[in-house]
Amino acid sequence: MSNKKTKINFLPWGETPERERGHIISVKNLVKKYGDFYANDHLSFDVYKGEIFGFLGANGAGKTTAIRILCGLSSPTSGEIKVAGYDIYTQTEKVKNNIGYMSQKFSLYEDLTVSENIQFYGGIYGLPSKTVKEKEKQLLEKLELTSSKNKLIAGLPLGWKQKLAFSIAILHDPKIVFLDEPTGGVDPITRRKFWDLIYEAANGGITVFVTTHYMDEAEYCNRVSIMDAGKIEALDTPENLKKQYKAKNMDEVFVKIAR
Amino acid sequence: MSNKKTKINFPPWGETPERERGLFVNNILKSYKDVAALKGISFEVQKNELFGLIGPDGAGKTTLMRILTTLLLPDSGHVTMDGADVVKNYKTIRKSIGYMPGRFSLYPDLSVEENLQFFATVFNTTVKKNYGLIKDIYSHIEPFKKRLAGRLSGGMKQKLALSCALIHKPKVLILDDPTTGVDAVSRREFWEMLKNLQKKDITIMVSTPYMDEASLCDRVALIQSGKIMDVDTPDAIVQKFGRKILAVKATETYRLINDLRGHHKAEAVYAFGQYIHFTAIDDDIEVTEMEQFLKNKNHQSIIVEEIVPGIEDVFMGLMKAPPSLP
Repeated sequence: MSNKKTKINFLPWGETPERERGHIISVKNLVKKYGDFYANDHLSFDVYKGEIFGFLGANGAGKTTAIRILCGLSSPTSGEIKVAGYDIYTQTEKVKNNIGYMSQKFSLYEDLTVSENIQFYGGIYGLPSKTVKEKEKQLLEKLELTSSKNKLIAGLPLGWKQKLAFSIAILHDPKIVFLDEPTGGVDPITRRKFWDLIYEAANGGITVFVTTHYMDEAEYCNRVSIMDAGKIEALDTPENLKKQYKAKNMDEVFVKIAR
Repeated sequence: MSNKKTKINFPPWGETPERERGLFVNNILKSYKDVAALKGISFEVQKNELFGLIGPDGAGKTTLMRILTTLLLPDSGHVTMDGADVVKNYKTIRKSIGYMPGRFSLYPDLSVEENLQFFATVFNTTVKKNYGLIKDIYSHIEPFKKRLAGRLSGGMKQKLALSCALIHKPKVLILDDPTTGVDAVSRREFWEMLKNLQKKDITIMVSTPYMDEASLCDRVALIQSGKIMDVDTPDAIVQKFGRKILAVKATETYRLINDLRGHHKAEAVYAFGQYIHFTAIDDDIEVTEMEQFLKNKNHQSIIVEEIVPGIEDVFMGLMKAPPSLP
């Protein structure tokens, strides 16, 4: 972790102007219709390289639809979308090679061991087996899981599963990692330790695109967008959003927008 | 709510006969093979109380609720509701409790209306008879009563599940993590519904991993790794904790966290939204001292304040370490 920090000379929460880093995701007029229903109604936004981007919204606001499109799992009705520099319509496979994804629902295989899960995903990502072995060793040491590498995932506490799932989601050094409610239900200490991993990844240059229902976590993002009824109603730094909505925290901002 | 409390001469712990208590849980143990899920759980819930079981996934909340709802047998210990034992008198208990499990458990291929009618019929009553109880909740989804339950949005499913759990007018309502995965606005609405139900002579026990919801309960139990760490009113829990916590803020939050962790007096350093909460060993820290420390490290726009801890601070202080590897 420490050598990563010296290599990359910006801090995710520091003063470096994001615009100088360029876009890693660029979305113009994204529309996704199901029949007459606009799940995504002309979304336009950019995500800067190396930032932690919070993608918030009420249940049913259209977040999952947008994430599925950005990950190349679903086609938009219209709009210009580039992810990691690749076109979402014509270069879907390139997009998939350059992103990582983790959610609470989809993560690890419960009836495989820790080690088997790492090897399985390494194979899926198309990494050479020698690289997978090296990465596995590093990862197990970093997470202090070496002595548990032959244990089934099913027997691990939830917090450990999530840490492992995150590390596996970035095993292939993607440019962007999408985290869909990664911390739901975990204890408050583990939840914060999980955010340490997020900062570390961002510090190492990976762009983090994250959804959460914990409004304190919205404060940890560089910038936050808030969706309501298929549209992005607000997008700015937490600091500016609080000023703009005259709110003392992000929870108040969210309630003002989504209610 | 407050008039209820005076009626029952609150707080009655200890002196009230067991049969008059809403819920009495005594030393429950439960293991799955060699994993101890509940390690001696004891607490009481007063009639018409809104009681919160606060803890993360894996703490044992669902196991406990399944025992309370007669769906699982404890290895030892006993539970009574209104004096009826959950093991011996399970038939009585089942008539008098409403249970909303964590997972959506209605019939997705029945309509909204059919689900409600089904639950009413199973409990030998009618929707009409108890409509008054569910009206405030059900009226939100009534316009969609012909829609299949499986095709409702998350918030609507939740309202339907709550209506179905209430349709037989239970004395005790048990809700397993009803607000998990629910957005901040819908969570508020859900708690308002619970507050309203409490006024209708229903004892409510609700579990949640969201620490901020503790303040909405009359009393809470903090549960972690199968053990109850404390049971009391949210205010009393915070007062008892008695640790000194500094809330700290500066421009470069990430560097701030690392510097605070490196402070020689640091016991716990955790992010809380836009602030970092700092707890010193033996509470030996002054605001001015911290300000100077951060100035020396060239931090900008420094704010240091001593704050009243929240339930989440207390929970983290009491749990000390997250679950370790087996």
